[in-house]
Amino acid sequence: MNAADLEAWFVDEVLPLEAILMQYLRNHWRDPSEIDDLRQEVYIRVCEAAQREIPDPAKPFVLGTARNLIIDRIRRQQIVAIEKVADLDALGLAADIPGPDRSAMARDELRRLQSAIDRLPPRCREAIVLCKIEGLSQREIASRMGVSEATVSEHIDKGMCALADMLYGEPHEIRRTQ
Amino acid sequence: MIAPGEKFAAEKNTQAASWLRRKTLESWSEADEAALNAWLEDDIANRVAYWRLKAAWGRADRLAALRRDKTASHADSKIPSRVLKIAAGVALIAISGAVGNFWLRNSQQQTNDAVYATALGERKTIALTDGSEIELNTNTAIRFHSAAAEKVVTLLRGEAYFQIKHDPHRLFIIKADGHRITDIGTKFRVRRDAARLEVSLLEGEVRFDSADGRVKSLSMKPGDVVIATAHSAAVMQQPKRDIADTLGWRSGMIVFRHTTLAEAAAEFNRYNAKKVVIDDPASAKLTINGTFQTGDTAAFADAAHAVFGLHVNMRNGETVISR
Repeated sequence: MNAADLEAWFVDEVLPLEAILMQYLRNHWRDPSEIDDLRQEVYIRVCEAAQREIPDPAKPFVLGTARNLIIDRIRRQQIVAIEKVADLDALGLAADIPGPDRSAMARDELRRLQSAIDRLPPRCREAIVLCKIEGLSQREIASRMGVSEATVSEHIDKGMCALADMLYGEPHEIRRTQ
Repeated sequence: MIAPGEKFAAEKNTQAASWLRRKTLESWSEADEAALNAWLEDDIANRVAYWRLKAAWGRADRLAALRRDKTASHADSKIPSRVLKIAAGVALIAISGAVGNFWLRNSQQQTNDAVYATALGERKTIALTDGSEIELNTNTAIRFHSAAAEKVVTLLRGEAYFQIKHDPHRLFIIKADGHRITDIGTKFRVRRDAARLEVSLLEGEVRFDSADGRVKSLSMKPGDVVIATAHSAAVMQQPKRDIADTLGWRSGMIVFRHTTLAEAAAEFNRYNAKKVVIDDPASAKLTINGTFQTGDTAAFADAAHAVFGLHVNMRNGETVISR
């Protein structure tokens, strides 16, 4: 499997599960500041496995990977966690709950985008809007905002990360259209 | 393996974001490209973070549609009658593919709007001189208007498939029910029903402006389907296969996948004067899969009988299916 195929699979099959994955991790991991790292680690493990063979369907595999990762972490922390692991086993069933409908997930994309943009910090939002909607260059944005190009870069980079978190990590409507 | 609290993801994200942003700079060079590839190659953690941000950043590209909105086209949605007065002559060749392989060529000079329509069960392909083609499904009517700066097709009723040769100097606009679709070089399908409009994009890019103006200028990508009513517009993504199914009519077929008998009958009835009626609510909810010829209601009735044991009766020319 080449990198382009792996990327396409990751974007089409795994990223749409991010909201469910994040919810799963939040439910099973105490420290919220570590959730993003756990997510990243799940993605790495999932992609490493997919390089050998694409797991199909993706969802039970992604959640199973999250579950194993959490068990690993609990063991490593040497927490006496029998109850917690037992819980996890019971909740392993979550892998069978149907995920958000693919079509429903992407519906009303523009509204979602607008809502995400609206929630960025003000300066960050200004930079992203000038970049994505006005189509200005970094230099033009800098002069428009009266800040250095380096500052614009920071705003854009930060905005990009925040947008990814909102677009993929947040739960969304899962009602079907009919 | 990472140690908890290392803020590993945040660091990778910042790096990935920086690469993605710098890639758009004018100063981006081949050496930069090589450095990026080396960075990606170096660690799967880099790739994963990069792919994720790239996908999100790509989705945000749709916002670019709002930009063009400000310049020219949007004023138009408030004054739908703003059709350019300059009528330019354009030769149209209408190709009718309704009867077997018999192709009727009919060339005519157009100075005014031209209307093309199909009857129930008929299909027709309109070939424009610029190489674009419009295929009309059953019971469909379009009005074609050509002017110096734009070509406007109004979908009066029914469903059509557009393969448009893009001309940067001449917009190709499809109007239906107050909604507008502006072609940016592409293949797409538009279906107008009583209460809603459905647009699905196969290739290229189009811009969609809804009638109510609340969802303005949505930039559609391949696989996107917009469903718009008078007061709402929503975009969703469909697998290629599903979109291909909705175009089965181009080869005279209807494709059902988990389609209720009620919906299937309604679909057949778009093509045939002799209607199919599902006579009881319980049968109407049964779902079927299958591919049928648009005119072959008998095959559909046979399937309902064979698969579900339903009764089929002919009544006043209608095919009545019931328990």
